Amino acid sequence: MASPLERKIKITGPVVVTANRVADGAVIYRDADGDWTTSLDAAAVATDAARAHALIAEANADDLRAVGAYIAPVELTEAGGRRPGNLRELIRLSGPTIELPVTFGI
Amino acid sequence: MYIYDSIDRTLVAERVAEFRDQVARRLSGELTEDEFKPLRLMNGVYLQLHAYMLRIANPYGTLSSRQLRQLAHVARRYDRGYGHFTTRQNIQFHWIKLEQLPDAMADLAAVGMHGMQTSGNNVRNITTDQWAGVAPDEIEDPRIWAEIIRQHVTLHPEFSFMPRKFKICVGAASHDRAALRIHDLAFRLHRNAGGEAGFEVMVGGGLGRTPYLAQTIRPFLKKCDLLSYVEAVLRTYNQFGRRDNIWKARIKILVHDLGAEAFAKEVEAEWQSIKDGPLALDAATVAEIASRFVYPDYEALEDGPPELAAARRADGRFDRWVNNAVANHKKSGYAIVTLSLKPEGGTPGDATAVQMDALADLADRYSFGEIRIGHEQNLALPHVAQRDLPAVWRALDALGLATPNIGLVSDIISCPGLDYCSLANARSIPIAQEITRRFHDLDRQRDLGRLHINISGCINACGHHHVGHIGILGVEKNGEEFYQITLGGEADDHAVLGTLIGPAVPYAKVADVVEDIAAAYLDLRTGPDELFIDTLKRTGIEPFRERVYAAR
Amino acid sequence: MPLVENGRIVEDRYVRVAADGPIPERVPIIVPAQRFLAEADSLVRRDGSLGVDWPNDRRVAELEPWLGHLALIALNFPKFKDGRAYSQARLLRETYSFGGMLRATGEVLRDQFHFLVRAGFDSFEVKKPADAAVFAEVLARYSVYYQPGADGRAPALRRRLQGGAAPKVRETA
Repeated sequence: MASPLERKIKITGPVVVTANRVADGAVIYRDADGDWTTSLDAAAVATDAARAHALIAEANADDLRAVGAYIAPVELTEAGGRRPGNLRELIRLSGPTIELPVTFGI
Repeated sequence: MYIYDSIDRTLVAERVAEFRDQVARRLSGELTEDEFKPLRLMNGVYLQLHAYMLRIANPYGTLSSRQLRQLAHVARRYDRGYGHFTTRQNIQFHWIKLEQLPDAMADLAAVGMHGMQTSGNNVRNITTDQWAGVAPDEIEDPRIWAEIIRQHVTLHPEFSFMPRKFKICVGAASHDRAALRIHDLAFRLHRNAGGEAGFEVMVGGGLGRTPYLAQTIRPFLKKCDLLSYVEAVLRTYNQFGRRDNIWKARIKILVHDLGAEAFAKEVEAEWQSIKDGPLALDAATVAEIASRFVYPDYEALEDGPPELAAARRADGRFDRWVNNAVANHKKSGYAIVTLSLKPEGGTPGDATAVQMDALADLADRYSFGEIRIGHEQNLALPHVAQRDLPAVWRALDALGLATPNIGLVSDIISCPGLDYCSLANARSIPIAQEITRRFHDLDRQRDLGRLHINISGCINACGHHHVGHIGILGVEKNGEEFYQITLGGEADDHAVLGTLIGPAVPYAKVADVVEDIAAAYLDLRTGPDELFIDTLKRTGIEPFRERVYAAR
Repeated sequence: MPLVENGRIVEDRYVRVAADGPIPERVPIIVPAQRFLAEADSLVRRDGSLGVDWPNDRRVAELEPWLGHLALIALNFPKFKDGRAYSQARLLRETYSFGGMLRATGEVLRDQFHFLVRAGFDSFEVKKPADAAVFAEVLARYSVYYQPGADGRAPALRRRLQGGAAPKVRETA
């Protein structure tokens, strides 16, 4: 998945704004209250370019708490939740797709 | 092993204090991310998909048992209980918190370790043969020269903000185990016709988007001129390397654009003006550095002790491991033991804190407290008495570090890929894991013989896919992971870049393709003595290409 | 943008002149490179200290004929990460024995100070006042260096040979 920073912003479906938290690097999402959350389900979803631009502008202005904000695709589930829109985002949300070595062997 | 003195230790401690201040300024908002990023990178701190990553330098791949124990401690205390050994003989931790990094670095500094210049546009960790100092085929220990360069380029006032990263390698053996020609700058110690030892200088190698092998710009450089020559190369690059395009910023592009001859002329002109200055190395300086390399107090032992022969006869598994993982040592009665970090289904290069601690104990008991890291992402115990091999094997086997697959198809070099890395386009580790499962049968692996697979999750080529016998490069097509396959790459004395065999294949088919290539080799080889790479050279890639794509 | 010289924040005595327009008499001036090269013959005869603002993508060898007349050369860091001027500074100091002032301009932040001083700079247009205020403190961060530098400190190798290092501790790593 090409680094999202290299991509032009174009909104073809629902998106969220995501970044890494400065203090520990954790994956975070911009929420509707102008705060950050680690829960994708609590993220603010934009479906038009104006809203997406507003979210990313707010996020970029928050250099103290978040690093490398960008717009990422999501899919909306029937139950009202969200699923990451691509493999990269899925891995960011759920962790590596492999078993971590601590549990492997010894 | 190089012994740090108060100067080395002071510098590392002062670096930690500086970084602690920089982190505090970042966390307080005094530094923006744009300002902080180059500073953290100069200390080996990246931001990856899930967390910060800390890369720690292991100069020329040598570690003491005490250092390895401290790495285990850092893995446990600040990370998730494991670390990842890289193709630059470094180790990296993938789950570090920025706010804890200064403490982790202070713990590392206590054993003389640091992340200085493991990232950023400076001279990276100097690598060399992981068997340096013990290999029977070397003319002298290249680590002394690597250490002289390491010291000179550490916090260098002129070369800390170059166009791009810069990788230096020093080799001294007749067989290149350090992949000299894929480095920005490489030195090969050899003797000239007069019997004097000096360096062949190679420049402009590197993989990535535009792979090149380094070209020789000077067949023989006197030892006393090593530092001034390094300085001249770096100064030429720092001034004239491209800075307008990150993909064209490595020295290989400058060398290619100018031509090796014109580049060499520029370097020689600069070098002439500085070679007799303060960087000229005198014998006392070299002797001072050399004196701080401490060598084991070996016992006088004979090769081939009877207890080893008896153990090999008694246990087939042990015998197979000896054949695979044990190499000749320059000292009689001793052996170099390679430890596979490539268990079936595992992550290439990963070691747990439990393994690190246990290995440190084994090194103390059986290898004069020393451990090596190779660019193939395996470890080595460099000084094991042959009579101790059965005991060492039993201990390693219990730790999962005795898979007898060194140099075989499941000894895969792999970058972390999309499971961790923010630059990756596709996953690498699960591809490697699936291949090791397909080739689960060790007899089958041994029948296939020496076969190197290298996997990179993006064009940056951290998995050195261009120089794998089979190279696998992850790309993205319409949001799906695809993999390009190259054949025929080699990293050693006959360094050559692999050739792309055809269209990229999807994630689920990569292991099938590797099996097809292996099957094609078995059909095509003249006999079991013809290695995969030799068959490939004889037949060309065409019959392999046909086999792979016929069914697809 | 505060100017630091001799470890202190000082007034800038130099006036920057434009690519065209009048040149003031008798005050120290810094002239853009193009204009300097075009008018060097008359500039060096002028009364008053002469400085040149030299871009980081031109060889400093071009300045060689004029070095004896130059009191200051301003070298530029358009970005923190662009380190070409470090090489220019060392060439000027070490190859061409330039004895005037070397001023660092542009993106000059505290974390470069020790590199700059050791490359031969002695005048610093510091971007942030907070950084300028701690100049001396920041320089004291490191007490040892491995390589020779323009600050005249003995590099590690020489200190060891002279026995200047503290006693070796025979302790692994």
